[in-house]
Amino acid sequence: MTNGLIHRRDLLKAGSIGLIAGSATPVMAREPWMTGPGQPMSGSGESSRYVSLAREQVGAHAFGPGAGSSSSPLQHLNGTITPSRLHFERHHSGIPDIDPDKHRLTVHGAVRQPLRFSYADLLRYPQETHLYFLECSGNSYRNTLAEPQNQTAGELNGLVSGSEWTGIPLHYLLDEAGVTADAEWIVAEGADAAGLTRSVPLSRALDNVLVALYQNGEPLQPAQGFPVRLFVPGCEGNISVKWLQTIKVQAKPGYTRDETSKYTDLLQDGQAEMFTLQMEVKSVITSPSGRMRLPEHGVYDVSGIAWSGAGTIAKVEVSADGGKNWVTAALQSDARPLALTRFRIPWHWQGQSAVLLSRAFDDRGNIQPTREAALARYSSAVIYHYNGYQSWRVGKSGEVSNVYV
Amino acid sequence: MFMSSREQGYWWRLLVWVFALVPALVQADSIGHGLKPGLGEPLTEFKGTIISVDGSNLPEGSGSVAAGKVLYETRCAACHGMKGEQPGNQLAGGRGSLSGPRPLKTVGSYWPYATTLFDYIWRAMPYDEQKSLDPDQVYAVTGYVLRLNGIVGLPEVLNAKNLAGIKMPNRGGFVEMSE
Ligand code: HEC
Repeated sequence: MTNGLIHRRDLLKAGSIGLIAGSATPVMAREPWMTGPGQPMSGSGESSRYVSLAREQVGAHAFGPGAGSSSSPLQHLNGTITPSRLHFERHHSGIPDIDPDKHRLTVHGAVRQPLRFSYADLLRYPQETHLYFLECSGNSYRNTLAEPQNQTAGELNGLVSGSEWTGIPLHYLLDEAGVTADAEWIVAEGADAAGLTRSVPLSRALDNVLVALYQNGEPLQPAQGFPVRLFVPGCEGNISVKWLQTIKVQAKPGYTRDETSKYTDLLQDGQAEMFTLQMEVKSVITSPSGRMRLPEHGVYDVSGIAWSGAGTIAKVEVSADGGKNWVTAALQSDARPLALTRFRIPWHWQGQSAVLLSRAFDDRGNIQPTREAALARYSSAVIYHYNGYQSWRVGKSGEVSNVYV
Repeated sequence: MFMSSREQGYWWRLLVWVFALVPALVQADSIGHGLKPGLGEPLTEFKGTIISVDGSNLPEGSGSVAAGKVLYETRCAACHGMKGEQPGNQLAGGRGSLSGPRPLKTVGSYWPYATTLFDYIWRAMPYDEQKSLDPDQVYAVTGYVLRLNGIVGLPEVLNAKNLAGIKMPNRGGFVEMSE
């Protein structure tokens, strides 16, 4: 009925698949790593030499070394935290090598008292810790192209990552400077060569925005904004300005290049939407996924990530027949607002051809749209805010590839 | 119970210490995390380089379109083309294309404000040597990029007074989404 997807209520019936006879006399296994002490302790850890993990789709602008992006290898990761070194990147003029002792954060504009903070100052402020996703608004844009690209889950959708972010609630610094009554926006500026600058509505800035200093427990990596970045939960990654050096409070937005020329969404009639900051409800099956091969018939743990910039993931459904029938997947117990949520569902593959896909629902009533519906929102040239289905075809010999349904 | 005066002195000192410590360990839940170190260093008169669209905080200076042409051809054309036509890095062209099958977004076809062009070039261009242009040069080259886009009514010399008044063709092309 559901092409091999196993409902939770049927899990007991499915049971386990095979039994292997054990040997009667116990023998002490003697692999080389069991018969002598291993490597000594060390100052810093690294992955097993049998594990190779790297960001994918590392690419730059033809005329701008350092202007480009790289993606998290979603298909090799599990859980909801992306290791910091594998967090996606999007830079507009490379990664600056900032000396934290020389870095300053200035708060000025529509405030009673302009203030300047050193990195050492910032470290002394009370901080908060939250799990949040961060997604580039250009994530998954390859699925807006006319032909499905035969790429991995990471190459197609890896401009999203999940981390534990620790930082100072921005309103602590704004309160200290004393925002004046006419203020409606903040404009944040980076200290990189691009001086990337974006505007955030003051209401949001006073709500849950962080001046982030730590990612996954350690000081930010340079590629993620060391020494300090803005972090705007649930919103397009570009406004979480890295290498944050200025916050200017204003009555109006800055209308900077990156919120006019870029990161605006053209409609079919030639008008364009501006300040579409919140990211949509979305999900991606990360395993099995593009360019993998199922080695044999049997039961597979279909698993992926879901997120919504509006709230908490409430439900994820999975289909194995291209969207005709849907079965509710199990969410990991701690679905949190504005964070990656992992879903899983067992699937019995017996060689049947199948198209696996997922759709997410959040607690605000938003439902991930079909590819067709997602594309219909904007002009065909728009590469931002695509949240349509990601579908994977499983061929007769187990090969998995990107497909449009 | 009887204590020696030495013992009394000990307990007394301990008591003093306890009372001295209590106010320092401010109870987090009684005032939330409201207690901040207040380390911001007060600044007098900080202008910054984030340019407002009304042009009110543009830097002093001016530059002619003619000077901008020379600058553009030496400092910009290699990456953007002599007329701003370099595919993948266009600065000009595309007027009227936004609702068609191949929209081309450039300064002339898409950007709503001329002040944004000044702000961006000043901070981010030329890409191989950012922040090397002084305000006069930025006014000049901003003028020339606008000239390449055929902006009507473009003054021959741009400055802090007239830049914000330049009417960009697609000024009315945006819908601002509210939160
Ligand atoms: C070494 C190559 C290079 C040079 C030289 C250069 N640019 Fe650029 N320019 C770029 C790149 C790359 C980008 C895109 C940056 C990004 O992706 O954020 C860009 C973007 C721009 C943009 C924004 C375009 C848009 O549609 O958003 C403007 C305007 C611009 N450049 C103007 C200039 C001017 C004026 C000069 C000369 C003073 C100049 N550039 C010199 C490489 C260059």
